[in-house]
Amino acid sequence: MSKVRLLVGTRKGAFLLTSDGKRKRWKVDGPFFSGWEIYHLKGSPADPNRLYASQSSGWFGQIIQRSQDGGQSWEPAGNQFAYDGVPGTHQWYDGTPHPWEFKRVWHLEPSLTDPETVYAGVEDAALFRSTDGAKSWQELSGLRGHGSGPHWQPGAGGMCLHSILLDPGDPQRIFIAISSAGAFRTTDGGQTWQPINRGLRSAHIPDPDAEVGHCVHHIAMHKTRPGTLFMQKHWDVMRSDDAGDSWQEISGELPSDFGFAIDVHAHEPETIYVVPIKSDSEHFPPDGKLRVYRKRGQEGWEALTKGLPQKNCYVNVLRDAMAVDSLDDCGIYFGTTGGQVYGSADAGDSWSPIVRDLPAVLSVEVQTLP
Amino acid sequence: MMRVVLPAHLRTLSGAGSEIEMEIDPPVTLQSALDALEARYPMLRGTIRDPHTRQRRPFLRFFACEEDISHQGLEEPLPDAVSSGAEPLLIIGAVAGG
Repeated sequence: MSKVRLLVGTRKGAFLLTSDGKRKRWKVDGPFFSGWEIYHLKGSPADPNRLYASQSSGWFGQIIQRSQDGGQSWEPAGNQFAYDGVPGTHQWYDGTPHPWEFKRVWHLEPSLTDPETVYAGVEDAALFRSTDGAKSWQELSGLRGHGSGPHWQPGAGGMCLHSILLDPGDPQRIFIAISSAGAFRTTDGGQTWQPINRGLRSAHIPDPDAEVGHCVHHIAMHKTRPGTLFMQKHWDVMRSDDAGDSWQEISGELPSDFGFAIDVHAHEPETIYVVPIKSDSEHFPPDGKLRVYRKRGQEGWEALTKGLPQKNCYVNVLRDAMAVDSLDDCGIYFGTTGGQVYGSADAGDSWSPIVRDLPAVLSVEVQTLP
Repeated sequence: MMRVVLPAHLRTLSGAGSEIEMEIDPPVTLQSALDALEARYPMLRGTIRDPHTRQRRPFLRFFACEEDISHQGLEEPLPDAVSSGAEPLLIIGAVAGG
């Protein structure tokens, strides 16, 4: 029988949650790396026992951990993230030039085909790649150096490269997103990049439809349709059907078009999920009701509430804290800043908490195992 | 034989015991002590000193012989009591944070 393993990163350590294919009973292992911030963990699609984790701390900096046995044991890997050449400057919050400084790894994206290859999205925004199992890292500096880099500016959470999408049909094509610069695409394996932000409008920047400067919170794709991208922006939920060349707003009647997480159903490439959050500054669900919203193709948004708290709920769901498994029915999971991880084994129709009292959840990934 | 005491999180990360003993050729300095420490425990590279600037991380301090020696030059000799092992070099994490 198939098995599901959730990889949960929190403010104070990592947790592994495992269940059989029924997804009714869960085993909780952890905390791993207790006391450290675990921004993200992810498993290799080519070798599910190969896991990578980003471990960081304000005291001791960045560590990358690697497991070769599905998370039972871990070993520190390479943590030297050196920008290529002279890093130069980006804009600081006040618009003055500020030197590029490495702070942490926000997102790890293992190659779809090679367990030894993994990408890292970092703050200050840059993309790194390792081809030796995270022992050493090289920057794909064409992104930072393509021309608009000096104009990038941090969002409130820092200038982070938080989303990395690898095209399953074209190993040379990668999509990334940066807060708050926008989305970018390479079609030559990361050597050269172009901004893909046409159609985005952001009222909080001087030129609302500028080429860069948009606070993109997360992007998602379905593996069978890599030309269709979905985006949760600071405000607005967006869709592109031409690999990011143009975007259309699909926020519709959502109670708030602000949010962080967005994901796609494993078997329905036209079905997406978001968690509306109230902003600016509140960053909790509207009306204290935790609701996942589902949109199927051209249909409107549907509130999914069964099993989720519908009063007095004031948690947030962060950008990397939602994931789907590939079982039938599709399972969907998300974690909150209140330490709950909720799961649905019926594509969102009903929910139940898997755990309630973890540290604030930063990321949730899922592995569907044989 | 000098002695080094790490903060708890770095003991866990390195797998080192509560106190590390190291033989270092004199004169023993912060630089030579940290170099020897990172050579024996490569996973500590970047955790005590910034990997690019090689400067002490701001939330860490170096104490020895009941003195804060964090601001002494990296090449300045450590007190004899530390280089001989009579007193340990303490690497201290700031007591702060949530």
